[in-house]
Amino acid sequence: MQFVCRTVLLLFALVCSSAQAQLSIEITGGGANQIPIGVLRFAGEQVLAQSISDIVEADLRRSGRFRMLFAGSVNPLPTEMSQVDFADWKSRNADAMVIGSVVRLADGRFEASFRLLDVPRQTQIGGVAFTLNAQQVRTTAHRIADLVYEKLTGDRGVFSTRIAYVVKQGSRYELQIADADGVGAQTALASREPIISPAWSPDGTRLAYVSFENKKPVVYVHSLVSGQRQAVANFKGSNSAPAWSSDGRRLAVVLSKDGGSQIYLIGADGSNPRRITDSGSIDTEPFFTPDGQSIYFTSDRGGSPQIYRMSLSGGEVTRVTFDGSYNVSPRISNDGKTLVYIARDGGRFQLRSLDLASRQGQALTDGLRDESPSFAPNGKMILYATQVNNRGSLAAVSSDGRVKQRLSVQAADVREPAWGPFFNN
Amino acid sequence: MRKLLALAAAALLVGCADTPKLENSAGVEDRTPTGAAAGEQPGAGSEVRPVAPGEGQQGNPLKDPANILSKRSIFYDYDKYDVKDEYKPLLQAHARYLSQNPSAKTLIQGNADERGSREYNIALGQKRADGVKKMLQLMGVAESQMESVSLGEEKPRCTEATEECYAQNRRSDLLYRGEY
Repeated sequence: MQFVCRTVLLLFALVCSSAQAQLSIEITGGGANQIPIGVLRFAGEQVLAQSISDIVEADLRRSGRFRMLFAGSVNPLPTEMSQVDFADWKSRNADAMVIGSVVRLADGRFEASFRLLDVPRQTQIGGVAFTLNAQQVRTTAHRIADLVYEKLTGDRGVFSTRIAYVVKQGSRYELQIADADGVGAQTALASREPIISPAWSPDGTRLAYVSFENKKPVVYVHSLVSGQRQAVANFKGSNSAPAWSSDGRRLAVVLSKDGGSQIYLIGADGSNPRRITDSGSIDTEPFFTPDGQSIYFTSDRGGSPQIYRMSLSGGEVTRVTFDGSYNVSPRISNDGKTLVYIARDGGRFQLRSLDLASRQGQALTDGLRDESPSFAPNGKMILYATQVNNRGSLAAVSSDGRVKQRLSVQAADVREPAWGPFFNN
Repeated sequence: MRKLLALAAAALLVGCADTPKLENSAGVEDRTPTGAAAGEQPGAGSEVRPVAPGEGQQGNPLKDPANILSKRSIFYDYDKYDVKDEYKPLLQAHARYLSQNPSAKTLIQGNADERGSREYNIALGQKRADGVKKMLQLMGVAESQMESVSLGEEKPRCTEATEECYAQNRRSDLLYRGEY
């Protein structure tokens, strides 16, 4: 029995893809200044098992930054700019439209091409052709959506990125990875003991996380390429809160080996632990600034948990949050300009943002138990854990608080989300 | 077709998985002899008595419900980590046991209720466990006989969102070898 209890189940991606846990996304708010756009069906796309245009349209809609115009009735489908009825789309106040086509190539693969058109100016402002096989339909559609999004908003798209999160079902915990739209969830690790705090390496090939499989928190680094994993912080006491440096070579972790929870830097392979905080208080939840020069962290050195910033060269510490008696879980946007964190207000735990230059703060959510925020790599959305009907669920909110999405899995408790980095071309 | 795929995938998943254990939120604690009885008051009563070294021969004092050594849990107020006076007899008994049994080792697990950040709660649980360890050390226990760790809010004994439940989960547990 003891052996059974101690057995940790390791299921690697591709061996067992998780069938029951499909994330579904529901949008519960809308952004201002949405760009009206029509995404037409791609001519010939029925040769693929899935419609590329449907996926592109769903991606753009989910971002909250577009107003989708009905394009289903257009017939015949244009594949060239000269075939587009611009007058009709102008009368519908379209700012932009996407047209495309799919053809089967002689070698059995496919070519999908699209054009992004500026309707008022009647010009083409983007267009790419992709060669793909039958398994790459979704990937290709996300790439197209990324290009459309970037052209029209000026921000890089995140539709090709992935998210990691933990699903708890009964006494079983699974670390899963899915596309940013929640599709294609795969289990990287399954265990009978808790898994928390997943963190993506900057190149997206590794996840650091905390596993309790040895009856205490131990930090692991898990390669998503090989499925191999390694305990990188397994000292006497507790080991937790991994955060990657921006070059992916080091981790900040919290260790209690020398008494109390203190922050250390270690190599990504667990080498050379070096203590960087030295207080008799709790110091935890380190998070590197994008330039790698400082960390933000949570400490109760002032009597209540607050967020601090420390320079890694000089070591001087400045307090960042002052309002309220419980401000935790700091995360910094990739441009280094915005801090998001969890604040307790009354008995509620909510997501807040702070513009670091202007010190302008904003409440982003009104939940009861929001936690574990994670920025999208373009800084425009924040994924976080919330509770719906006493069950863990994921949600996302735009950085201006206007667009809200809920991601849920049927009959499971979902928590600890982490948004992965940009897909590297 | 999709359904078929899902079924096949589900079958694969089941094939890969062990038989799931029944929901037991206190998986780590399930072999501790405290019994986790709701009404049990650890440290209550005045049953402090010296434990003779040979006493374990007929029955394990750690498992004897009449022995204070079978009581393993220390409870805390919200956001607090100081050991309340009522638990001192319990810790004194364990300090004596550990001193008299130098080969015995204890794992002190600190826990927190579910409110707030998971990582901050690990640190809070650690502070609770460290506090117990420090007190046992002051009572004469060698540091090498103890490890203090935190389970944060991850292994709640009680899973309802009530103050009674939260109070059960703000806890340090003493476990001996073979119990974790």
